[in-house]
Order: sequence, then C-alpha cells, then structure tokens
Amino acid sequence: MRGREDEWTGLMRSAMAGDDAAYHRLLKAVTPVLRAAARRGLARAGQSPDQAEDIVQEILLAVHLKRHTWDSEAPFAPWLFAIGRNKLIDMLRRRGRRIFVNIDDFAETLPGEVPQETASAGEVASQLNTLPQRQRDVLQSIAVESTSIKDTAAKYSMSEGAVRVALHRGLAALTAKLRDH
Amino acid sequence: MDTDQLIRSLAADNAHRAPRVGAVLTMALLVAAPLSILIFATFLGVRHDVMTAMHNPFFDMKFAVTLSLAIPAIIVSLHLSRPEALLRGWGWLLLLPVGLLAVAISSEAMMAPAMPMTMRLMGKNSRVCLFAIPAMSLPLLAGALFGLRHGAPSHPALAGALAGLVSAGLAATLYASHCTDDSPLFVATWYTLATALVTAIGAAVGAKVLRY
Repeated sequence: MRGREDEWTGLMRSAMAGDDAAYHRLLKAVTPVLRAAARRGLARAGQSPDQAEDIVQEILLAVHLKRHTWDSEAPFAPWLFAIGRNKLIDMLRRRGRRIFVNIDDFAETLPGEVPQETASAGEVASQLNTLPQRQRDVLQSIAVESTSIKDTAAKYSMSEGAVRVALHRGLAALTAKLRDH
Repeated sequence: MDTDQLIRSLAADNAHRAPRVGAVLTMALLVAAPLSILIFATFLGVRHDVMTAMHNPFFDMKFAVTLSLAIPAIIVSLHLSRPEALLRGWGWLLLLPVGLLAVAISSEAMMAPAMPMTMRLMGKNSRVCLFAIPAMSLPLLAGALFGLRHGAPSHPALAGALAGLVSAGLAATLYASHCTDDSPLFVATWYTLATALVTAIGAAVGAKVLRY
C-alpha cells in the first residue's frame, strides 16, 4: 500500500514538472482505486453502484482542475482521497441521501479489489452536449478520437494555443456544470 | 465519454498551469481594497487627533488586535483551501486577537481609567462601528471569496467564515484609525459584533460559492 502511494506521489511530482506521460499513468493508476471506493461508498449509502463511474469522472476532473492545491512536499494519496470523499458526499447529497460516508472508504482499498477496466458514465457525456461548439469539438477530438493537440488544431484550422485554451475551458465548464446541475 | 477518454483529455491539458491560491487571493484582495478605502475616505476618514492618539497604547492596541485577526485568518484560509487540510492544529491562530484583547482589558482595568466601565464599553461610536466595519468588509469579502474559489476547501462554509474574518479584520483596521473609542472594552464588544456579522455572511455565501 505504502509502495503504491509513494509511486503516485512520484508520478504526480513528474506530472507537475511537465511530464504528460507520467500524469496519464498516474490518472490510469488511481482510477480503479477510486472506482472501488466509490462503489463501496454508494453501497454503504444504499445506492446503486451504477453511479460509481460518474463519481470517478467528477473526482478526476476535480483532481485535474485543483492540482495546484497539492503541496509537492506532501504525499499524494491523502490529497486524492480527500477529493474523492468530497465528491462522493456531494453526489449523495444531490440525491438527497443522508450521509454516512466512512472516511476510510477511500483509504482502505486493497489492490485485489481493483480490476482494470474502463466504463462510461452518463453525466459527463450528457453535459458535454451543452458546451459551446468549439469546446465540444476539441474535447471530442482529443478525448474520443484520440487526436493530438497538433492534429486537432489542423482539423479545425485553429492555432495550437487556441486548441489548448478551448480544451481547458471545456474541462472547467464541464466541471462547473456537473457541480451545479 | 468513457473514463479512459476523459483521462486522455486531462493528460492533454497537463501543460495548463494555474497560479497558487495565495497569489489569487492576494490579487483579489488588492483589487477589492481600493473600494473599501473609498468607503472609508468618503464617509469616515482618519480621526483628527491621530498624532496624539498614536501615543496612547490603547489606540495602537486596536491595530494589533485587528491585524492579529486578519493575518492569521489569511494564513488559515489558505491552509484550508487544500482538500485534505483540517482546522486542527491551526485554529489556535484565530485566538490571537482574543488573547491580545484579554491582555488589553486587564491592563486597562489595572490602570486608573478616566471613565467608568459602562461609558468605555458603550463609547460614542458603537452604531457607526456596527455599520462601518461590515460596509467596508463587503468588497474585501467578495475579493476573499473570489480568491478562495481557486482553492478546494473540504468545508465551504468554514472557508467562507474565514473569508469573513479576513475581510472584517482588514476593514476593522481601517475603521480603528477613524474611531475615537480606544477602550479595549469597546473593541471587544462592538468590533466583535461587527466581525461576527461579516463572518456569518461569509459562511452563508461560502457554503454556496466555495464548493469545487
């Protein structure tokens, strides 16, 4: 457990220093752990585990948009799990559930419980459709079609800088819509 | 969108760098401060006998109290803007102004006061104080909330209350240079009431706007 968390901290340090591949690996590595914890938290609240993926995606977006609040001298896992708990509680509250989140839901996940898989979630997908055209195009191109920033820029006759701005604004707008809807 | 696709888009955005919360909070307070100073300059102004007042330790003490509220409140609010942060171990910083006031009240009591206690407590400016501190706080409160929105506080109402303490502490610092009531009893009563009001507003607004 300690080894895994130290590895995350190392990856996040590299990511913050500009290593995009390390960042990608980190997000892939934490996702199954978050998914298992979200399922457990939902089960504890008597909710269907179907919504786990929505929570996972909200956590990932929050991690991304708030990563400047992580202190690179501190371990990464407590910061990550705090965001995870926050998003789980938020989701349950929106569903009008009384909250009984065990604070260890996120910290106690064992490696055996974390199958590698990917899953779709409804909320991000449906909010995506409400974004301005340009942000939606760029997000679709980079996320769904796996096109690079450079090729996306060529495809829509935009500068790379404009693609980066649209991508970031799209992610921020998506997060705000998920939070407020 | 499946989760792998979302992760791909996040990784593609890794180059985006956001400023630290402290930098955004500082900027927001600097933008808001002129508005509060404008309110101060228009309706209040520095008291006329300020040069003499500066030799009165109880006049100076007012600034020590208000700044010992504002500065620790800034430090604690920045700490709490991290999702995993707890108030535990930091909350005592917010007791600094309380301690200072206690010391000031007892030293005033040990000296031979010029006025009876009720007169010192009620002062001449209690109503102005109750109105002026919240009024000058509002621009600063908006700035503090804007700055803290850049963070990720686990308890938005608490973070909002801290924003209230920051803005009330700064507004009270301005107000202290106007007010001719220097007794720590006056400060402990009326400044505290005004601060409590601003803190409650901060908590209520923060609960809504500081969710991330």
